Amino acid sequence: MLRLRDVKAYYETPRAIVKAVDGVTLEVRDNEVLGIAGESGCGKSTLLRVLYDSIDPPLKLIAGNVEAEMKNGDGKTISIGPGEIRKHWWRYISYIPQGSMSVLNPVVRIEKQFFDAISKKHQATDKQQVRDRIASYLKELKLPVAVLHSYPHQLSGGMRQRILVALGTFLHPQIVLADEPTTALDVVIQKSILLLLAQLQEQMRNSLVIVSHDIGVHYQIAHRIGIMYNGKLVEIGPTETVFRDPLHPYTQMLIQSLPHVGDHKRREGIRGRPPSLIDPPPGCRFAARCPFVMDLCREKMPSPLEVAPDHFVACYLHRESIQTRKGLG
Amino acid sequence: MNDLLLEIREVTKVFRIGSLLFGTELLAVDHVNLSLDKRKPSILSIVGESGSGKTTLAKTILKLHEPTSGDVLLEGRSVFGRHTGEDTLAYYRAVQPIFQNPFETFSARKHIDSYLYDTAVNLKVAKNRKEAKDIIADALSSVGLDINRVAGKYPNQFSGGELQRVSVARGLIPRPKLIVADEPVSMIDASLRTNIVNMFLSLKEKCDVSFIYITHDLSTAYYVSDYVAIMYRGNVVEYGASDHILTDPIHPYTKQLLDSVPTGGKKWERNLKPPDIELQEYQNKACKFANRCPFVQPVCRLHRPPRVQIPGEREVLCFKPVDYRLDQPTLSQQPGAKYQPTGGNNGSLL
Repeated sequence: MLRLRDVKAYYETPRAIVKAVDGVTLEVRDNEVLGIAGESGCGKSTLLRVLYDSIDPPLKLIAGNVEAEMKNGDGKTISIGPGEIRKHWWRYISYIPQGSMSVLNPVVRIEKQFFDAISKKHQATDKQQVRDRIASYLKELKLPVAVLHSYPHQLSGGMRQRILVALGTFLHPQIVLADEPTTALDVVIQKSILLLLAQLQEQMRNSLVIVSHDIGVHYQIAHRIGIMYNGKLVEIGPTETVFRDPLHPYTQMLIQSLPHVGDHKRREGIRGRPPSLIDPPPGCRFAARCPFVMDLCREKMPSPLEVAPDHFVACYLHRESIQTRKGLG
Repeated sequence: MNDLLLEIREVTKVFRIGSLLFGTELLAVDHVNLSLDKRKPSILSIVGESGSGKTTLAKTILKLHEPTSGDVLLEGRSVFGRHTGEDTLAYYRAVQPIFQNPFETFSARKHIDSYLYDTAVNLKVAKNRKEAKDIIADALSSVGLDINRVAGKYPNQFSGGELQRVSVARGLIPRPKLIVADEPVSMIDASLRTNIVNMFLSLKEKCDVSFIYITHDLSTAYYVSDYVAIMYRGNVVEYGASDHILTDPIHPYTKQLLDSVPTGGKKWERNLKPPDIELQEYQNKACKFANRCPFVQPVCRLHRPPRVQIPGEREVLCFKPVDYRLDQPTLSQQPGAKYQPTGGNNGSLL
């Protein structure tokens, strides 16, 4: 399990401070697929870097608390914080990056890259044994064993991405983070990669955090979905509930704006653009584009409220519904 | 055929990979026939995965590539072959491009309006910058931008959606008849995408511009287009009215594509055949989809599938609709056979 409490992670450059993640509270639970959706520049990749404990300058953890609970070899649960998590990369937590072409070393064969990443974390000292296990694992993922002796450029984009999935899940980590794992791929291959990730999660019963701008992807495989906007998590809840009954105006407009095959209804995009992360407004970040904006929205950022079971939203529109419900109860 | 704005006739493009002696040939576009009607502006979507040849086809239409064989005709006149400078100028006044990545379209070191002035002057739409200003203001206002918002600004002062609007405005300056848009929304955020495709729809209505919209995104293709061509490994496998094709696909590949779109509707069944090595598919002279097709029959691996006309404005490159029979009397069964649009009077395609 991974817990973030009011985390602020900023990029500090000499010219400006970019508040990419600005007060996010989030829990990655055991045995779940958590989807993080949002437009480019909303801080979702930075959030993943915080989760992965890959906080290197200019990115700085300004405030908040990151806590990971992991089971060690004896089955005991120990809890670790930032700076510690990175010691358990690959074994406890792994990361599947976007852009498989620029991630794999172009002049090193795939097998060597597997060894470089894994052998240090792997107890087995027998090289042949590790080699056999890699080969059998690739077979499990329906990859031809011949890819181990190939260079990355000899493989198609879909295969490279499968190799990254294989690499990230080989040691059965308790948490797998995937950053836009299918962005550059075609829909047919995208589907096969997503189904592979979902299937591996079901087998290993671990946590999979998947970041994507495409909310259709989340609908297909995520159990819970979190919507980020301008450095803030504005809504999080079970995927079915969020799609059926989106609470934040941004989520509502985002879902409504997407056309579907078989439906010629006129769609409207969201007007305007998100505010700058360097100098964000004091109130709700979506206020300038929101059709339901109130005075209060511009003054103070609303904090997340549990409106329905496990369904949180940071919006003043839903404060009243809570109060009336409490009054009735 | 005089009522065609654009006619793509048996266009084939072969690329050589590797050296002259040991290289292989890659059939990027394979005997493609498409056309656009002149009488009424329409949007034709070319949908396919990366590597399906859709960008090569777009570049051929834009005269950036010459086809290995076949021809592109604009209002009945061949685009290639001997041309005077004036012919080229007339061509670029009629056909304008929009490119994929708006951040790469514009140089970071040039004022963004300089591109607009250059286009107006180079295409001789305006004699000088003063005259150009009104035309530019007009083009910008039809994409919902104000000239003062754009004047003297650099690309980093705009969002991707706004830059793509400027890109469209630049294309509109010579009042073209056709805009070829190569993946115009793939680099744009989801919340702004709909604004761009809505703009295409309104430009089609207001400015009488036809579009060739190249995309891998079936949902926006369905949303904007009148006609759709589905490409796979250089072949157009299914072509016709978008309503028919995307709600009732005939070609197995179109079906697979539609099933793979991650939408908020039906959830996926959890099995899928991963695709084969790509190069072999390009070189395959028979059906290129055969290795991935759930309905494959031996004949599919041996012969080029026929182009089958289906009632209701569409054609499919597949053996399945003709019960896998080889002797189907289709005009364009052999590659190189001259394609004839099926008559002007009886429900012709486009």
